[in-house]
Amino acid sequence: MSFLTTFVNGLSLGSIYAIIALGYTMVYGIAKMLNFAHGDFIMVGCYIIFLFSSNLGLPPFISILIAVVLCTVLGITTERVAYRPLRNAASPLAVLITAIGVSYFLENLALLIFGADTKSFSSVITWSGLSLFNGELQIQGITIVTIAVSLLILLVLQLFVHKTKEGQAMLAVSQDRGAAMLMGIDVNKTITLTFAIGSALAAVAGALLASAYPSLTPYTGAMPGIKAFVAAVLGGIGSIPGAMIGGLVLGIIEILSRTYISSQLADAIVFGILVVVLLVKPTGILGKKIQEKV
Amino acid sequence: MLLTIKNLSVYYGVIQALKKINFSVDRGEIVALIGANGAGKTTTLHTISGLIDPKEGEILFEGKDISHIPGHRRVAMGIAQVPEGRRVFADMTVEDNLRMGAYTRKDRSGYSDTLNMVFDRFPRLKERRGQLSGTLSGGEQQMLAMGRALMSKPDILLLDEPSMGLSPIMVNEVFDIIRQVHEDGTTVLLVEQNAKKALNIADRAYVLETGSVTVTGDAEELLNNDSIRKAYLGE
Repeated sequence: MSFLTTFVNGLSLGSIYAIIALGYTMVYGIAKMLNFAHGDFIMVGCYIIFLFSSNLGLPPFISILIAVVLCTVLGITTERVAYRPLRNAASPLAVLITAIGVSYFLENLALLIFGADTKSFSSVITWSGLSLFNGELQIQGITIVTIAVSLLILLVLQLFVHKTKEGQAMLAVSQDRGAAMLMGIDVNKTITLTFAIGSALAAVAGALLASAYPSLTPYTGAMPGIKAFVAAVLGGIGSIPGAMIGGLVLGIIEILSRTYISSQLADAIVFGILVVVLLVKPTGILGKKIQEKV
Repeated sequence: MLLTIKNLSVYYGVIQALKKINFSVDRGEIVALIGANGAGKTTTLHTISGLIDPKEGEILFEGKDISHIPGHRRVAMGIAQVPEGRRVFADMTVEDNLRMGAYTRKDRSGYSDTLNMVFDRFPRLKERRGQLSGTLSGGEQQMLAMGRALMSKPDILLLDEPSMGLSPIMVNEVFDIIRQVHEDGTTVLLVEQNAKKALNIADRAYVLETGSVTVTGDAEELLNNDSIRKAYLGE
C-alpha cells in the first residue's frame, strides 16, 4: 500500500472519530457532562442497521434512517431518565458515574439480546471505489463516502449553530446557563436537542464504522467512543471545529502508526497523545483559555 | 400592583435564605432593595426570575402567581433581569448579545426598532457592535447587560448590583441610564449595596436583613432615618 493510500485511510477513520467526537463535544459544551455511554449509542445504531438491513432485508438507506431515529430517541430518553435528575447534584461525578452505568447497561442489554458472537455486517456502501495514478492511490467507496459525509455534517452543524435561533440558544447555554435562561431560553429543551443531535450523529458514525470494519459485537462502540473522546480533548473539548480536527489528526496518526510502526502499539500511541496533550496544552488545539473577568 | 411578593421563603439545602418576605412594586416605580452582603437580595431577584424555586409563598405578576411557571417563560411575560456580575456572553459579539436579549420576541420590525432604541441609549454599544463582549471594559459590559435586558421590552427590569466594580464616573453614568430607562416607562426593581445612590433615585425602598424585610418606606424617609444612615450609609 502506498503512503498516499494509507493517509487517505487514516483520513477516513479520522472522519468517523470526528463524527463521534462532535457528539461528545457538543454534549460536553452544552450540558457540561461527559456522556461516556456515547460510544455505546454507536453500537446500538450498528445493531439496528444490522437487524433491519441484514436480517429483514430493508435497503441500507432506510435502515440507517431507522437507526438515526431510534438512536435519537435513545439519546433523549437517556438524558431525560438518567442524566437530568442529576443535573443539579452536589457532585459532578454523580452524572459521570451514571453515564458509565448507562454504558454497561447498553452493552449488557445487547449481550442479552444478540449474544456475544460476532455478527458480520454487510457494508451499507456497495460502490467499490476509485483507483488513481495507475493504482498508486486506491480509495474504497466507503472511504470516500465517509470523508464526504463527515465534511457535510461539519458544514451543516456550523450553519445550524451560527445561523439558527436554536443554534444561538445552544451557544448561549454553553457559555452561561443561568444567563441563557434570563434571555428566555428553555435550557432543558436546548440540552434535549443537543443530545438528540449527538445521538443521531452516533447512529451515522455507526453505519460508517460497521461498513469499514464489518464485525459487530456488544463492545463495538466502546473503543471508538473512547478514542473519539481523546479526539475531542485533542481538538479542544467543547469546540465543534476542534472535534473535527482532533478526529482527523487522531485517525491519521492511528493508521500511520499501525502501518509503519506496529499495529500492537497503535492504540498505545493514540492514548499516549492524550497524556501529552493533557500535559502540554490541556485546553486542546482550539480550546479556549479559561479566564474570568470580574 | 405590578409585582407582589407574598410570604416568600427560599432555602439552600437546610439554610433558609429568605424568611417569608413580603414586598411589592407598582407600575412606574423605582423600588430599591438594600441590605448587607448575604441578606438575600440576589436570592430574591433569582427567585423572581425563576433561577431558584421558592419553598413557599407567591410571586404575583400582574395579579397572577408565576412561582410555578418556568423561568424562561417569565421573560416573555415581561420580566427581565440584569444579573449580578453582568454575565454577558463573552464569546459573542455585542450585537449577538443584544439579539439573545430579544430571544423571546417574534416580530422582526419591532426587533430593529428596539435595537435602535438601545443603540440610542448606549451609543458605545453601537460603536462596538461587532466586538466580542469579553473584550469590553466592565462599564461597557454593564451597559451591554442592561441593553440586552431591554431588548425583551420588559414591563419590569430587575437590576442586581449594577454599580459593582465600576469607577465612580461609570457608576454615575449607570445610574443616569437607570433614571432614563425609568422615564421611558419601565418599572425598576433595584438591588444595591450602594444604598445612598439607590435611595437617591428610588421612590420606595425595602431593607433586607438576613432574609427578612426589616424596614420599608419612602426612599427619602429612609435617607433621613438615623439607624439606616448608620447601618447603610456609613454616617
